[in-house]
Amino acid sequence: MTATGASLTRPVVRKTPRTGIYGRQGSAGWLFVSPAVVILGVFLLLPILMALFVSFTAWNGQGSPFTSTVPMAGGDNYTNLFAKDGLTRLDFMTSIRNNLYYVLLVVPLQTVIALSLALVVNQRLLKGKSFFRTAFFFPSVTSSVAISVVFLFIFLNGGAVNAVLGFFGIQGPQWFQDSRGLLHVILGGLGLVNNDSPPAALTGHTAFGLSYWDWLAGPSVAMCAIIALVVWTTSGTFMLMFLSALQNLPTELDEASLLDGASRRQHLRYVTLPMLKPTLFLVLTLGLIGTWQVFDQVYVMSQGNPAKTTLTPAFLSYRTAFYDFNYGSGAAISFILFLIIITLTLLQRYIMRDRDDRRPLWRRLSKGGAR
Amino acid sequence: MTAVTQPQLDVAVAHSVPRQRDGGGREPSLPPSVYGSPARRLATRIGGYAVLAFFAILFIYPFVIQLANAFKTEQDAAANPLSPIPSPLSTASIERIFVGTGFPTWLANSVLITVLVTLGRVFFDSLAGYALARLRFRGRRVLFGTVLGMMSVPGVVLLIPKFLVLKQLGLYNSYAGLIIPVFIDAAGIFIMKQSFESVSVDIEEAARIDGAGIFRTYWSVVLPTMRPALITLTILSFQATWNEFPHTLVAVQSPQYFTLPRGLADLVSGSLGAGTQYPLKLGAALLATIPVAVLFFVFQRYFVRGANEGGSKG
Repeated sequence: MTATGASLTRPVVRKTPRTGIYGRQGSAGWLFVSPAVVILGVFLLLPILMALFVSFTAWNGQGSPFTSTVPMAGGDNYTNLFAKDGLTRLDFMTSIRNNLYYVLLVVPLQTVIALSLALVVNQRLLKGKSFFRTAFFFPSVTSSVAISVVFLFIFLNGGAVNAVLGFFGIQGPQWFQDSRGLLHVILGGLGLVNNDSPPAALTGHTAFGLSYWDWLAGPSVAMCAIIALVVWTTSGTFMLMFLSALQNLPTELDEASLLDGASRRQHLRYVTLPMLKPTLFLVLTLGLIGTWQVFDQVYVMSQGNPAKTTLTPAFLSYRTAFYDFNYGSGAAISFILFLIIITLTLLQRYIMRDRDDRRPLWRRLSKGGAR
Repeated sequence: MTAVTQPQLDVAVAHSVPRQRDGGGREPSLPPSVYGSPARRLATRIGGYAVLAFFAILFIYPFVIQLANAFKTEQDAAANPLSPIPSPLSTASIERIFVGTGFPTWLANSVLITVLVTLGRVFFDSLAGYALARLRFRGRRVLFGTVLGMMSVPGVVLLIPKFLVLKQLGLYNSYAGLIIPVFIDAAGIFIMKQSFESVSVDIEEAARIDGAGIFRTYWSVVLPTMRPALITLTILSFQATWNEFPHTLVAVQSPQYFTLPRGLADLVSGSLGAGTQYPLKLGAALLATIPVAVLFFVFQRYFVRGANEGGSKG
């Protein structure tokens, strides 16, 4: 991307009869976009290239990473994450596990809540729609840090959530000190496993340095508090998307199906939901992309604790670079994360472009998208 | 976002639904009866309100807790966290926010940075958006493709890269480091380009034929017609910059440059972090939320517009 385009187009444009109003557009165009090109180039594209370079070094933050004194690490920063037994891989795989459970809970929960709220708010018989819409949407425009402070207070050991639970006779957990996995707690509670001596078949085998038992821990109790916060903040935005889609649905269709005697449930199942499919897909994929980027809440509420059960790849990359001064490894983690998110984004764009195409996904992908 | 895909098919499905038991003797030509018997309608309505009320409490009560506890004494907040009424009412924490923490500095920094970045974004995003929408120059398509690509680069993977480039350019730990990297954003350019394309080109051509230059046409003819888009962009920029946290984490280090989110995070997880002083922390978080809250209640429809545009960009 250089500014050579301007000098190339000018003579061509001058020869056309439209010079009067379209002349000098080449140079003006580049002049108009040049601030954007410079800022985005220097603070977005250039940094990505620099970080890619650093991810192949063992730079410790001292001096410039672009001098010959900085030791090169080759692909070690990457292989350490996947292939080499050690703390680096253990932490990385733990963060991947934590984030997977986080995605698995946040995406369905926020989608179901957003869709249900939109359907209820959209009912024509209800009054006060705008009040409810405002109430549900407001959390998502506030500062993530400020709201994390509030939830930290709400989830204190003697805090509001435990007070409500106590009202129902339930002894609430010590949220941000509790590293027990939810699946372990449930299985233990049902008496299926003994958490003090877990089955040897699960602890004896490992995948990527983490035992099967640890992979199957589920989100920790502390992570559940973060999940609650995130679902609470994001549902409002997604509700708005569903709501605007619902309001764009042709009303004749509602009337037709109701006149035909469809019950509410049938109407929802066979008329409304199929029409909401594109929005549903959009919300699901935006959720998938967003949930891999969780950072602010982890930074403010838990810093990855307790026992690393709220560590996510985004926070691990930050911690590795800025707390442990291992910038190479931190950059490598963020590139893996980048790869995960970009893959999800490209998949979304690809499918959204062909969303009128009703063939199954696998067939569209295998046939290269040709109709 | 056109949600209507092949409506014929869906209607066909609807028609195949068997006729209902309770709708047997109903006249299909009476629209009100379509929504069920009066008793059922009432039940649906009550059920709907019950669901909405439950969720409304769930969504609003955390803010009530925040507000109430900011005015409680520390003992009261610890003993009755759920109570919406402080007893006794105490403004000690609020006062301490202003004299005992860096809050005044954070507030001043946040105001300065938010105003500058919002101005920068509104001007330069719309300038670039106009060029991409209207001007014909070589490389325009490639440029727009790049802007689209940049929108999907997630901010959290840029933490280390941004830190590197700020250090390299000598901008680390300065106001310039806080402002310049976020001065122009790809999403804003995209929103402006779409908005410029949605208005007619006639008025511009008339202005150009009358002899107005390109910049003048943009500035005095086109831009004044773009008010809604500009307000949306202003609000989105204000909100995003006011709430911005990760960027401040890698751009500055000294407390003198802290913005409100950075200061708040420091207050919670830093030296003062140990479990106590919640009325103070909640009060500081409350004060940091107020500007965006006011903006939200005044310009709600632009927030809604922004949320939907954010969704359809995918």
